[in-house]
Amino acid sequence: MALTPDEVAKLAELARLSIDSKDAESTASSVSDILHMIDQLKKVDTSAVAALSHPMDLAQRLRPDEVTESNQRDEFKKIAPSVERGLYLVPRVIE
Amino acid sequence: MHNKTIREILNDLASGEYSSREITSSLLDRIKKLDPELNSFISLTEDQALAAADSADSARSRGEAKGLCGVPIAHKDIFCTKGVRTSAGSKMLDNFIAPYDATLVKNVADSGAVCLGKTNMDEFAMGSSNETSYYGPVKNPWDTDRVPGGSSGGSAAAVAARLVPGATATDTGGSIRQPASLCGVTGVKPTYGRVSRYGMIAFASSLDQAGPIARTAEDCALLLESMAGFDPMDSTCIDKQVPKYSESLTDSIKGLRIGLPKQYFNADINSEVGTLVDNALNELKNAGAELVEVDLPHADLAIPTYYVVAPAECSTNLSRYDGVRYGYRCEDPKDLKDLYCRSRSEAFGDEVKRRILVGTYVLSAGFYDAYYRQAQKIRRLVQQDYITAFEKADLIASPAALSTAFKFGEKTADPIQMYQEDLYTIPANLAGLPAMSMPCGLIEGLPIGMQFVGRQFEEARMLNAAHQYQMLTDWHTQSPSEYGSAK
Repeated sequence: MALTPDEVAKLAELARLSIDSKDAESTASSVSDILHMIDQLKKVDTSAVAALSHPMDLAQRLRPDEVTESNQRDEFKKIAPSVERGLYLVPRVIE
Repeated sequence: MHNKTIREILNDLASGEYSSREITSSLLDRIKKLDPELNSFISLTEDQALAAADSADSARSRGEAKGLCGVPIAHKDIFCTKGVRTSAGSKMLDNFIAPYDATLVKNVADSGAVCLGKTNMDEFAMGSSNETSYYGPVKNPWDTDRVPGGSSGGSAAAVAARLVPGATATDTGGSIRQPASLCGVTGVKPTYGRVSRYGMIAFASSLDQAGPIARTAEDCALLLESMAGFDPMDSTCIDKQVPKYSESLTDSIKGLRIGLPKQYFNADINSEVGTLVDNALNELKNAGAELVEVDLPHADLAIPTYYVVAPAECSTNLSRYDGVRYGYRCEDPKDLKDLYCRSRSEAFGDEVKRRILVGTYVLSAGFYDAYYRQAQKIRRLVQQDYITAFEKADLIASPAALSTAFKFGEKTADPIQMYQEDLYTIPANLAGLPAMSMPCGLIEGLPIGMQFVGRQFEEARMLNAAHQYQMLTDWHTQSPSEYGSAK
């Protein structure tokens, strides 16, 4: 599977990345190389195999619905790039 | 003092040979003198270390010394340390002061260990040479023109250079074992779920596992005892008693069955590496182990499987870096999308971006079944191979890495070639099995490691065999001449 620089740009947009136009060719080529490498998986017949999403085959553990953590809002705000009156600031979303 | 192992330091502290403050200061001085060249640390936490050493000394004087009381260690900079920068080797987190401690960090501190600082690593643990770190590559103390391996290259190099007797690390596809091999130290990747991942910056959540790097299997056993244990904060951490690994090290290995996968011991193996691993296996055989051939028919599919699963999980995990709540934010974003795109593009390095792109692709509609679902199915086949092989063998041995440390820049141009570095290590992550690397020889003055893989939760058996091997040989005591006892 070889991707064109345009396809990689689309992929980058989905991942909220932007690829510099001068790197477009080389990124497309290295991503295509990786896709080519993983393409060999397609040759394996796995029709009778169940997917393994996790090595331990665990069930989700439940816990009592109790408050276990204290509010650390101020701690978390301290490390944010831009905060005003306890709120995260971002560029205007709604005009 | 810097040549002492953790076991020796514990004995010396107990007998009053020196205090924790003395060895802590001495190692901090050594780091300040030697690390500017090696670059194995991203941050030194000198004040906290000295304070921790003092409280360890006073605990000891009150007769309250436990676990690793007073032993200097370092944490890979992927573990959150409250009030201390936790960068994951990325520009994205260069300004990130963790607001809490990882459970592992807390456990190790509770055992009395003294953290000297945070070690360098490939960006978000994605790399096999430490060349993707935002803070520059770590140099291999055995030859500073060469890579230390990765992603835990800082931890491995710091231990090899005798800057610290032990360090924590993480392993998603070989990031403990491959640098341990390239730096001539011992490293353990425990069973998935043995050590809490809470506060460990996520790369690929179904594969990531934390473990120790030290000079000996015995020291790794001591470190692992303090790191491991159930944690309700990590939903995949297993609620299972942590054995006293250090107490079964001297058990006899008579009758231990060591499996040799025919897919690895064949014409493709680097012949010098193969000879050294054969020598090591002969030592174990002389000590009473039996060598048996085992079959891992899907071994050749492990790397492609990994390069679907790991990028898929990485693209999901790294979507949290949005420039809003913490981490890097671009200047003057014109709208929200621009804020996301530029913050991420300016702060992630090329390898991280590449893996996010691959992960986004294999998870996208129309490709999910062909790539991601298929890889998960093959992951089961890889795991099944091990379950079958472990009917015939108690441990599985192989080289830990393809060859000795390579030169800077040698593999950076071709990601696929770099990915091959983890040929021997990736299957244990896919199958969730414990595995370790230990030094088994030198080729032209550069170390090479042998790998053991064990059954789930059988770290004790693996550490026992490694300790017995280290009692019979002295490869683990070799040090790079410039950084060993001479300096």
